[in-house]
Amino acid sequence: MLSSITSRLSRNISVFNGRSFVRQFASASAETVNIKLPESSFKTYKCDPPSLDIEVTKDELLRLYNEMAVMRRMETAADGLYKSKMIRGFCHLCTGQEAVAVGMEAAITEDDAIITAYRCHGFTYVRGGTIHSILAELMGRKAGISRGKGGSMHMFSKNFYGGNGIVGAQVPVGTGVAFTQKYLEKKNATFILYGDGAANQGQVFEAFNMAKLCDLPAIFVCENNFFGMGTAAGRSSANAQYYTRGQYIPGLQVNGMDVLAVKQACSWAKNWTTNDQGPLVLEMVTYRYGGHSMSDPGTSYRTREEIQHMRSTKDPITGLRQRILELGFSTDDEIKKLEKEARAVVEEAVAEAQKEPQPDESEIFTNIYAKGTEPPIIRGREREEFAVMNQ
Amino acid sequence: MQTSRFTLLYRNFANNIYSKPLSRNRFIHKAFFHATKKILQTSGAPPPAEGYLPGVAQSKFIKSTQEEALKNSELMNTGVANGETKKMNMFQAINDAMGIALTTDETAVIFGEDVAFGGVFRCTLGLAEMFGRDRVFNTPLSEQGIVGFGIGMAAVGHTAIAEIQFADYIFPAFDQLVNEAAKYRYRSGGLFNVGGLTVRSPCSAVGHGGHYHSQSPEAYFTHTPGLIVVMPRSPIQAKGLLLASIRDRNPVIFLEPKILYRAAVEEVPVGDYELPLGKAEILKSGKDVTVVGYGSQLYTLENAIKLAEKDIPGLSCELIDLRSLSPWDVDTVANSVNKTGRLVISHEAPQTSGFAAEVATSIMERCFLRLEAPIQRVCGLDTPFPLIFEKFYVPDMTKCYDAIKEVVNY
Repeated sequence: MLSSITSRLSRNISVFNGRSFVRQFASASAETVNIKLPESSFKTYKCDPPSLDIEVTKDELLRLYNEMAVMRRMETAADGLYKSKMIRGFCHLCTGQEAVAVGMEAAITEDDAIITAYRCHGFTYVRGGTIHSILAELMGRKAGISRGKGGSMHMFSKNFYGGNGIVGAQVPVGTGVAFTQKYLEKKNATFILYGDGAANQGQVFEAFNMAKLCDLPAIFVCENNFFGMGTAAGRSSANAQYYTRGQYIPGLQVNGMDVLAVKQACSWAKNWTTNDQGPLVLEMVTYRYGGHSMSDPGTSYRTREEIQHMRSTKDPITGLRQRILELGFSTDDEIKKLEKEARAVVEEAVAEAQKEPQPDESEIFTNIYAKGTEPPIIRGREREEFAVMNQ
Repeated sequence: MQTSRFTLLYRNFANNIYSKPLSRNRFIHKAFFHATKKILQTSGAPPPAEGYLPGVAQSKFIKSTQEEALKNSELMNTGVANGETKKMNMFQAINDAMGIALTTDETAVIFGEDVAFGGVFRCTLGLAEMFGRDRVFNTPLSEQGIVGFGIGMAAVGHTAIAEIQFADYIFPAFDQLVNEAAKYRYRSGGLFNVGGLTVRSPCSAVGHGGHYHSQSPEAYFTHTPGLIVVMPRSPIQAKGLLLASIRDRNPVIFLEPKILYRAAVEEVPVGDYELPLGKAEILKSGKDVTVVGYGSQLYTLENAIKLAEKDIPGLSCELIDLRSLSPWDVDTVANSVNKTGRLVISHEAPQTSGFAAEVATSIMERCFLRLEAPIQRVCGLDTPFPLIFEKFYVPDMTKCYDAIKEVVNY
């Protein structure tokens, strides 16, 4: 009993402390600088683009860099753990897509909501999940963010509605979340993410329609990484310009490999929707280096050269690092130190998470129904429940 | 007090998988864990999506020699009885069946998510190259669209072989299957039908599938009149049943236990042959207990029976593979229960309203006075299919053995 309370408490604390370790990188000064994003960052559909001028502080840039570095390390650690069978089930990594999660979180507050599909480890991290709780969840331990019962695809956090397995099913769900935000007259928005493969699901269009009719603060974000598992976007979609698929909903295509462009787009989008201008469709043009999941090598439908090319020219972390160095906000050595720290933090979390125990076997029967309304027995657990037998 | 099934399981499968075995369960421990231990010790490569089930290779129901394979009475009349066979696993057998279907039927096409490069389980490997991209093609990620599209083609009279990548994703297409496909013939008074539609989908537990890669949704569809539901247990069966399903003049849902794709390897006749739908097969004759199952569960039942027959001298169990779930072969099972008086049914799907409920009730209606003990159902728990708790959830060998013992000792 006590252990469950303390574990729940510590979990709550850890959710809000997710970024506490970043504080050590805050410097005394908060020098701001104006950066002009390249013209190619945005493409519009039935709207005007956000401003290309973005004001950032040194702290912020370093913080963004750090988050992306940690995320990259975390995903790499998950890759290794999966291969050594510490993680079971299906595991979908977002290596290469870090800028989307980090940029989005930088533009919004804790009270805005995010919902996404199964490539959710990065989002869970930025939404307050600690690395420890994410890795523990992946390994199916009690300390995991879903108490070990969800696994890779079902991670949840405050105002982060998962972590959803069925492709496209999260889009109408997210629209419902946006509805409550409007109903309660909060100045918050919901970011509803789906992939280029999911963009062809019927329910996505049902959600578009409902969001537009009610003018909801719903921002539909298509993470276009060009492949729906093994099918190239051009072969699955008659219209692969996903930001135009909203038809009657204005859209913006964003360079999803540039964290600052993502941030700018998301804050513009939040501003738009919370001022009663209705929903938006964003398309984040990004790329995943790994396969669709750990069971997919990722090379049977694309060439290694392509992956290498993207890694060397468009990598979000390298891009931000170049920016930081050009602005003189940091030196090569300091950044290397940052990365080393990130690696150390993740390694420590891996070691800690591996020691965590698995959930009690009684957890198989909890959370099926609301507490207090469970049926008196769930048949099949005990032989005595085949009541007819033992009269 | 006899140890509960659950506690037995927990002791065997708890945190430390190599816990000291209880003397009572020593042989269960040995049989089960030697294979698992070996696999867990190798590292480096992630487990294949189809999982491992090494025990299947030792099964007596797997026909690993040509002689065994061709001895099948159902193949006698098909023309492959004296033909050559080839060693194939289940996905290769299914691949072969589809190749034959496309060769013999001009209007047959195969479509689904990622099928052109071979599919996530390689079932369609090489078919796009052989028959062209206009006959074997990818669809976008839209299950409802896929099945609806197939229904339309079939309504015109073509043969549509749709693949739903995992049975867990069949639910967006549920309306199309239940409201359109199943009722087409009935509502048009016979003017139109979608007999040419076959929906293939990998189903069942795989060891690491979790909520959305392990479900067995057969019960949702057997409840719908107008649909045929088939689940094979092995490569020879899969090829014959799939060809029969494709050529059957009713819409068929062909569920393939994904763990058997690689695990089951047999000498499969290379010719064109069909196995009858709607007929069960008696895999093992016995006189004391009738055990009924389908798909991958049969191998678990085989092990449970072996153990029970060892523990209870003189016991002989009859194992029946239903093969077709809708319509299912009531007569074979009823005849068997009239002989034995005891029935155990097992499947992975949750117990409440699972297919075992249908079998149990039908047999109760027919064999009431003959039954010596209440009918036992050994099924999955009434919970969502868990990831970490999978071993507790599935009706494994221990639970099935226990049910057989229960019904014998009543």
